Amino acid sequence: MPVPEHLEFFIDPSRCIGCESCVQACSECDTHRGHSMIHLEYVERSRTTQTTPVICMHCDSPTCAEVCPADAIKRTEDGVVQSARKPRCIACSNCVLACPFGVPKMKSDLELMMKCDMCYDRSSVGKKPMCASVCPSQALFFGTREEIERLRKRSAAVNRFRFGNQTVTTKVNMMVPRDARPEYIDVAAAMEEDSLGGDIMLNVLST
Amino acid sequence: MTRPDLNQIVRTPDGRPEVEQPKWRRDFPIDLPQDEYVARRDFTKFMVLTSLAFAVGQVWIGIENWRRRRRGQPPIAEIAKVSDVPIGSTITFAYPQPHDACLLVRTGELTWLAYAQECTHLACAVIPEVDKGQFRCPCHHGYFDLTTGRPIAGPPRRPLPRITLDVRNGAVYATGVEERTA
Repeated sequence: MPVPEHLEFFIDPSRCIGCESCVQACSECDTHRGHSMIHLEYVERSRTTQTTPVICMHCDSPTCAEVCPADAIKRTEDGVVQSARKPRCIACSNCVLACPFGVPKMKSDLELMMKCDMCYDRSSVGKKPMCASVCPSQALFFGTREEIERLRKRSAAVNRFRFGNQTVTTKVNMMVPRDARPEYIDVAAAMEEDSLGGDIMLNVLST
Repeated sequence: MTRPDLNQIVRTPDGRPEVEQPKWRRDFPIDLPQDEYVARRDFTKFMVLTSLAFAVGQVWIGIENWRRRRRGQPPIAEIAKVSDVPIGSTITFAYPQPHDACLLVRTGELTWLAYAQECTHLACAVIPEVDKGQFRCPCHHGYFDLTTGRPIAGPPRRPLPRITLDVRNGAVYATGVEERTA
């Protein structure tokens, strides 16, 4: 059964409180039982405690699947990119290196790439993915576009990302300020910024 | 299952339609319905070629059988002198061709047994264990009965080919190979 078309995933990093509920809940999903497939990334860790959850963005043209030499990564009709097919995956980690969002995880003990599949056992029957169902601040939201527009008056959903010369359109939406709504989000922009640790002094050790 | 609409599902990186994409992209589709889709033409091709392969195989088996019958029984060959083989011992010999290793077992004063040494599972050489009344194949632990050559344990399903023997004038002669299926 496909994921109902009117239900969409929305990530709102500004609402993330770093509680790791999603990380815990993710490992309880039946499609990847025991393995948490969500990343909780720190933004500017040296300056702030701000975190942001990273789930698979389910790209319209998934780079992970494009680069897979074993033809193991497939997308279902509803646009959900699934974990690698076990009989095909050769554990080469090409997908891990290629994904602009850093989502796929290589389980070297299983010799299998596993990734967020939007809790396919739940979302394909109309339920919320585990992370979205537990998130206390609703930084992860799974529902209709009307709902999110009603709940977040000051935010808008963007699903276009730029990674170098590649524009990636995704099934999952990122919430951005409505006033300054960008055309796309530059995934690699952080790499052009100055190193954050540059001005940390080590004069503590001087006598 | 109905054929999925190719243009509708595949969203290619450069945005051009599926038909304009390189062949490899069409051969290795990202979408699951296309990956699992088998075209009627592919299926027919597979069926025709497989049937053809079976038909050719049958003809080939027929020709091989005919050639084997034409060859007839191999010539009688002397294996050993009776006095050279003590009771309870084993010797190896080649019969009918120099590369066909066989085993000759003397179990009693007048009882002689001979089998091809090739295990009927994957052609490893079997080892005679006369005191246990069996042949053992060390590769996958296959066991054959010493007196009949029939498999008693392990993966082999067919008995060892029996070499028919003739003992006269103080010598043991191999007179033929008896291939058996059960």
